[in-house]
Amino acid sequence: MNIWLIIGIALVKILIVIGLMLFAVTYLVYFERKISAWVQNRIGPNRVGPAGLLQSFADVLKLLLKEDIVPFNANHKIHALAPFIALFIAFTTYAVIPFGPEVYLFGENIQLVIADVNIGVLFVLALTSLGVYSLTLAGWSSGSKYSLLGGIRSSAQMISYEISMGFSVGGVILLSESLRPIAIVESQVGFLWNAVIQPIGFITFLVSAFAETNRLPFDLPEAEPELVGGYHTEYSSMKFAAFFLAEYANMIIASAMIVTLYLGGWHFPWLETFGLPGWLTVVISVLTFLFKVVFMLFFFMWIRWSIPRFRYDQLMNLGWKVMFPLSLLNLIWVAIVVMYIK
Amino acid sequence: MVKKRRKKDFTFWEKIYIPEIIKGLALTFKNMIGPKYTMQYPEEKFIPPPAYRGRPVLVMEANGEERCVACGLCARVCPPLAIEVIADETEREKERYPKLFEINMLRCIFCGFCEEVCPEEAIVMSKDYEMAFTNRGDAIYGKDKLLVPVSQLQERIEFLRQYKG
Repeated sequence: MNIWLIIGIALVKILIVIGLMLFAVTYLVYFERKISAWVQNRIGPNRVGPAGLLQSFADVLKLLLKEDIVPFNANHKIHALAPFIALFIAFTTYAVIPFGPEVYLFGENIQLVIADVNIGVLFVLALTSLGVYSLTLAGWSSGSKYSLLGGIRSSAQMISYEISMGFSVGGVILLSESLRPIAIVESQVGFLWNAVIQPIGFITFLVSAFAETNRLPFDLPEAEPELVGGYHTEYSSMKFAAFFLAEYANMIIASAMIVTLYLGGWHFPWLETFGLPGWLTVVISVLTFLFKVVFMLFFFMWIRWSIPRFRYDQLMNLGWKVMFPLSLLNLIWVAIVVMYIK
Repeated sequence: MVKKRRKKDFTFWEKIYIPEIIKGLALTFKNMIGPKYTMQYPEEKFIPPPAYRGRPVLVMEANGEERCVACGLCARVCPPLAIEVIADETEREKERYPKLFEINMLRCIFCGFCEEVCPEEAIVMSKDYEMAFTNRGDAIYGKDKLLVPVSQLQERIEFLRQYKG
């Protein structure tokens, strides 16, 4: 295999994924506003461009033109670095998530994933837990009590939910006997998705994913009524936008992870038995994956506008006394399945 | 009154929380596809009921004269001192008329006291709520802007006769 071809293919994949991610992140802001409007019987943004479709670009432009304010007490270097840690992590994680089956193109078998790492799941877990640094550093370096409280909350929350998340992922790994995302997807054939085999694990992972991405009902790090803006109180202009975009990029990662680990990835149930030509199978698979991710993103927003925020002690109770034992229970259940049924 | 239930009174299904979340999601979804109540403002305008207190205006009779006799009660009662009246004599039956009648719309708080206190039904609150100006000078409305034909204010005058003591 030609080395230049390999590099070329990798570059094309990176460009496509990064492009799609940036595009999706800007439009997620638009959809969030639309969905919040619909839930409240409103129409939502509809002035900029047809049906308000250019609203997100107007928002970005507005943020770019804003004055960048740094508080007097802030640690300037870290204050500037923190939002870009968030953005970097959010965009790097996507490298290991597969979005389609193997394609035969230009005489090569191409995996539809940027990097087919055999410890992909571990990579994602490692990087997402690095994400807490950006929030904590942002909170600490701002030199403001509200930011600091938000940062501390985010680290406490992340630590308590990382554990149940890890154990839930443990169940998946036990079943597929691999840490490679592609192998995990391939182990979920037909309707034997992990969400069906281990519903408890699915729920604990889902809840932990909400907590990890700081989305409502777990958005305590930025709880507006108590903490002004939480860790991003002292951020303005493009640095604030970076946090904003990172939150949405994290949502995409979380959705893609849920789909990969629990909802069968790109699998369309029993697609192989339809006898369709190869290219059509690939197209349908990729579309299935995209559809599932979009549905999960919609679900994230839907939950946000349905459930009120948890109190801090309720959050900790839920994390340690409910989610942690449940994920352990799930692990035991999967162990039984592996031993006696499989 | 709904009886307050404590956590120990909840049933098992309420305690595990997930069915309740699903109920909540169903409710929000119903609202998502339900009718929308947004009014597309510049294209579609809100027409207030007669009880609405918009911009205060002076009533202009059919012959083009104002009803106002420049008694100054409105200026006296106005809490933010937005009204200024200067009276003058005239040959007409009423003998008095305002030479100058100005309302500073930056001061006006739309309380409607002027209307309540007026003995002649000469100043009433209109339905107009669109008052935009680009400088402070424009915000002082003189007689040219304040005089409105009585035919346009009939609804409000009838409302006042019905409800004002």
